[in-house]
This record gives sequence, structure tokens and C-alpha cells, in this order.
Amino acid sequence: MNKFKDTDMQAVIGWILRTGVLVSMSVIFIGGVIYLYRHGQTHVDYSKFVGVPDFVSNPGGIIQGIFTLRGRAIIQAGIILLIATPVIRVVFSAIGFVMEKDYLYTAITVLVLLIILTSMISGHAG
Amino acid sequence: MSVTVLTLIILVGSYLAGLLGSLTGLGGGVVIIPLLTILLGVDIQYAIGASLISVIATSSGSAAAYVKEGITNIRLGMFLEIATTAGAMVGALIAVYIPTNFIAVLFGVILILSAVMSLRKKSQQIHQQKSVLAEKLKLNGSFPGPTGEVTYSVRNVGGGFFMMLFAGVISGLLGIGSGALKVLAMDGIMRIPFKVSTTTSNFMIGVTAAASAVVYLQRGYIDPGLSMPVAIGVLLGALSGSKILVHTSSSGWLRVVFAVVVTFLASQMIYKGITGTI
Repeated sequence: MNKFKDTDMQAVIGWILRTGVLVSMSVIFIGGVIYLYRHGQTHVDYSKFVGVPDFVSNPGGIIQGIFTLRGRAIIQAGIILLIATPVIRVVFSAIGFVMEKDYLYTAITVLVLLIILTSMISGHAG
Repeated sequence: MSVTVLTLIILVGSYLAGLLGSLTGLGGGVVIIPLLTILLGVDIQYAIGASLISVIATSSGSAAAYVKEGITNIRLGMFLEIATTAGAMVGALIAVYIPTNFIAVLFGVILILSAVMSLRKKSQQIHQQKSVLAEKLKLNGSFPGPTGEVTYSVRNVGGGFFMMLFAGVISGLLGIGSGALKVLAMDGIMRIPFKVSTTTSNFMIGVTAAASAVVYLQRGYIDPGLSMPVAIGVLLGALSGSKILVHTSSSGWLRVVFAVVVTFLASQMIYKGITGTI
């Protein structure tokens, strides 16, 4: 097997980013079509911040919403996939650096992942 | 307004924002927030959430293309992402305690700075001066130029890192990519060739935005009904922009027009922030 090089990592990263955007945006689009179909005539007002509807504010509600074909739940699932895309890119960078035996950069990449994880947890607490 | 009408208006507006943002290099996020808040009366917190999502979509989409061309310095990006993600986390966490008026004013100031930055002359600088820290961190790199590989070295790693921390806070606080600040750090402080700094900055924007998006997602800033047309519109606009860029080499007059529009929007944000009508 050939040694894993920077150019291989570039190809993998490029593929992950492209696929992630394509898949998540498709999900968002499908959800959007369903949302417009079901709620197209509903009146909306975003002038006062009140958070998001209950059923899209937690993973359980979103999953249930997907199965009952609720447009906004599907959009929110697509948005979560989109947010995950660059994070997955970082995970694969870490694997790539391990394969290159570049342990300094493996550590740097893991640190970035830990920061994102901390952000996720502290957001939940606040 | 009904869902259909609002979605269509936002879709068209976001498309134009993405198109102009990509043609001028300012990014779509900086136009989306004034569009939503000033023209459509959307609460700035919802606008920040939706903008952040569009930032992740466009930066990931274009980074995919740049990374394959081999211009992006992945190690440099990875290293500086420590600063931008930490900054973004802090920015998103403190956003809750900062009055929206202040956020609007700060947004206006950053917007004007970005517009000025986009008008600046871009000189291709190549430095070979060695920095010990850059050497240790393997930050020096090369990229394919018209006459073969161009190697460059990175200077003032500490200063650049600090500036990135600030760029991260601004990104997390305002829901924008703050590409202008990232390029300022890499171009102005670390003396990296322009081509490398823009593509590497773009590469970092997605991760930076994701670090604050995980906070905003849980705080209800990211509304699916609003984010859907914004993300789709900005991404399609940015794609069209990159296609046009390939065909037309110069877009000098467009930059000037855009900078004027952006400055006008920025002063509106500042005015509304100060008078407390945002």
C-alpha cells in the first residue's frame, strides 16, 4: 500500500465537503417543498424572537416529525447535517494525520474537535 | 405575510446576496442580515441564525473545490481553527447577554470594514523569511503557480493566531463568516500570499460557523422556515457567482457599487442600533 499523502487527504476532504453540502441541501429542499405545500398560506411573523416551535427544538421531536412528514422537521434535520459537514471534515483530517504519522497535527485536530464538543455542551447548559 | 410570499422574497434576496457576495469576495452573510432585519423586519436573532447556516453551506461548497486545487494550506487552517472555533464558542455564548442594539451597531462597523477591505489592492506577496514557530508547526507551504510550484513562508504566527481569536468571536457573535478579518490576519499579519489566504480562510469559515451554530441551534435562533430559503438562495447565488468569475477576469466597478450599497446598509444598521429600533 502506498503511503497516505497530503494530496490524498485533500481529495478525501474535498469529497466529504461536496457530498455533505449536496445531501444536506437536498434534504432541506425536500423539507421546504413539504413545508410550503402544507403551510403555504399560513401567516408568519419573525419580528419578535420567540425561539423555534417545540417539535423542532429537540432530537426526539425532529425524528418524530420526519416520520410524520412535517416539513420543518425535515428542514431542521438537513440543517443539522449541514452543520455536521465541516465537523466530519475535521474528524477525517484527524484520521488523515494519524495515517501520515503527523502526531502534532493529530493533537491539534483533536483539540479543535474538543472545542466544538465543549461548545455543544455549554450551549445546552445555557 | 404568508409563508409562500415571504419564502419567495427571501429566496430572491438571498440569491442576489450570494451572487454579489461571491463576486466581490465579501461573502453572502454580510448582506443577508441587513436584508432580513432592515427590509423584512425579521428579528436580528433569527437573522443571525439563518445567516450562519448559509455561511456553512457556501464555505463548505467552495472549499471543496479549492482544496482539490491544492492551494489551501490545510495545516495552517487546522492550526488557526483552534483560535477561530474557541473564539466562535465564546462569541455565541456571550451573545445572549449582549443587547441586540449593540450587536446591530457592531455589525454595521464590521460591515464597513469588510467593504473597505474588498476595495483594497491585492498584491501577490511571497516571503521566504524563516520563522522558528512556523517551521516547528510546519506552516510554510507551496501552491501550484503559473510557472511551477511557488513556495512561501509564514511570519508572526502569534499575532495571526490572536487576530483569528478575535475573528472567531465576531463570527460567533454576528453569525457571519468574518472572512475579511481572517484575510486581514493572514495577509496583513502573517504575510501569506493572497491566493492562499483567501482559500484557507474560506476553508476555516465552515468549522468556525459550526462551532457557534451548535450553540444557536439549541437556543432556538435557527428557525427552519427562515433558514431554508436563506441557505438555498445564498448557495445558488454563490455558485452562479463562481461561474461568472471564471468568465470575467475583472469586476472592479462591481466592487465599488457593492461597497457603496454595503456601506449604506451598514449605516442603517448603526442608526437603528443607536435609536433602538432594530
